[in-house]
Amino acid sequence: MQLAQREQIDKVARLLFRTTGLLVIAILGGIFLMLLWNTVAFFLKVKPMDFITGTQWNPSGSQVSYGILPLLVSTILVTFGAMVIAIPLSLGTAAFLSEYAGKTLKNILKPVIEMLAAIPSVAIGFLGIVVLGPGIAHLTGQSNGLNALNGAILLSVMALPTIITVAEDAINGVPSSYKEASYSVGASKWQTLIKVTIPAAAPGILAAIMLGVGRAIGETMTVLMATGNASAFPKGFFHSVRTITATIAIEMGEVPYQTTHYYALFAIAAVLFLITLAVNLIGEHFVNKYRKYQEA
Amino acid sequence: MSKKLASILEWGTLLISTGTVCFFLVVIMWDIISKGAASLSWDFITALPTDGMTKGGILPAIIGTVLLTLITALVAAPFGISCAIYLNEYASDNWTTRIIRASIRNLAGVPSIIYGLFGLALFVQGLHMGTSLISAGLTLGLLSLPYIIITTEEALRRIPASTREAALAVGATQLESIRDVVLPSAIPGILTGIVLTLSRAAGETAPILFTGVAFYINNPSGYLNQEFMALPYHLYMLSTQHQAIEQVRPLAYGTALVLIIVVFLLNLSAFYIRYKHSKNE
Repeated sequence: MQLAQREQIDKVARLLFRTTGLLVIAILGGIFLMLLWNTVAFFLKVKPMDFITGTQWNPSGSQVSYGILPLLVSTILVTFGAMVIAIPLSLGTAAFLSEYAGKTLKNILKPVIEMLAAIPSVAIGFLGIVVLGPGIAHLTGQSNGLNALNGAILLSVMALPTIITVAEDAINGVPSSYKEASYSVGASKWQTLIKVTIPAAAPGILAAIMLGVGRAIGETMTVLMATGNASAFPKGFFHSVRTITATIAIEMGEVPYQTTHYYALFAIAAVLFLITLAVNLIGEHFVNKYRKYQEA
Repeated sequence: MSKKLASILEWGTLLISTGTVCFFLVVIMWDIISKGAASLSWDFITALPTDGMTKGGILPAIIGTVLLTLITALVAAPFGISCAIYLNEYASDNWTTRIIRASIRNLAGVPSIIYGLFGLALFVQGLHMGTSLISAGLTLGLLSLPYIIITTEEALRRIPASTREAALAVGATQLESIRDVVLPSAIPGILTGIVLTLSRAAGETAPILFTGVAFYINNPSGYLNQEFMALPYHLYMLSTQHQAIEQVRPLAYGTALVLIIVVFLLNLSAFYIRYKHSKNE
């Protein structure tokens, strides 16, 4: 083949590769525009203040109301509960993996964590119904154990692998000279871990937690199956709640296109999108901080 | 408190955390395997559901999930590899590149239910594809894209610059160097990333809820423009929406087990590719 022809092909290919790169921006932009467009359509029909401060989500009753607060509080409650469980467990496991476990134990534990990460969310939600739910019901004397606590425990299981993996990388990345300095002044292994290694890895650990929070907030199937989905304002961990994701999943299949209710579901999705975006940006901030710190 | 006791307590805290994490996995696997195995039979995976879903097998759901995953791969793999090639081989460090990278990171963090809404708005309604296998496959393809780009770029980055320079030095154009030298050596890494991403896509439910999945299709044709059954959605419906929930519980367990087997098989093949490759090096 002629050189000129080969160079021509090379140029075309370069253009093609570049186009796919730019298309990625278009996809994120498209998701953003879709949410914005439908949210604007929603706010033409419902006052933004009623949406933001409304304490009732009741799109199909006689007194129609589109208040996001009960859904938002449910989402925050379940995510908070999940983090209370997942953060100590995953930090303990990450510290154990990087500082205490030998090579053999590591080779067993790593696949365990990878397997946990691979289990589909719908299977975890199923166990919330058949194992955890009856367990909680038995302990609390409720008729079924489908409540915020159930969802929080399941979400913590789902967030664990993410937090453990990223936090372990962060702990591993702490220069050994830090630890050696600590040992040389007589500190024990534990003192070094608590006072030197974990503080030094803090930005990386925070980034890990943010990734876990992002996963928990956006998770749909587990909370849909395990939290009972009562649309009343959430009262606590032992009550049924209905998160933003579950509301979209339940109601989107039933609403006619381009009704107020249809637009309302895009509006709560837009709120969810903004929350996960903020969580990811905070996580990224910590990652950059950690990187700078390591390079220094 | 004696020093020895303190160190046992400290060590114990970490050990208990790790033990709890393992305990979660054991409970999940034990429950699904022990109860799912009873429903698992040749008939279960090769027969159609009968008697209003209370008997029979889950063949259409297995076929649906396999087809859906294939479409996801066909959509996301070429697109993702091409984008990763651009980022790693061509792009200079300018603001366009930075925006592309930021978009990829953010796409990876977008909740799967929002992909479902996007698929509904774009494919089902906007492009008039209706609720169908192709709409759902395209939606899952978009969801998988950022992961495939990230893993492919990692695989490309591991190929030393000298490899490319050697190809360019003997007169190859950049495309020829990528096609004949860089890609062949990066293939195992790329494949591992794709298969792992697909294993996640196969278990996804939220993105397909409004884009084409159905609880029961009496004549599973596999046509792209028709609705389909899928394992994760089948499990969801059997465990929450069926009118005889207790009666179909064994079927739900069996479905859960088959789903987990499919996902783990995909994972295992990814590890096999990685393992074989690391041995060759």
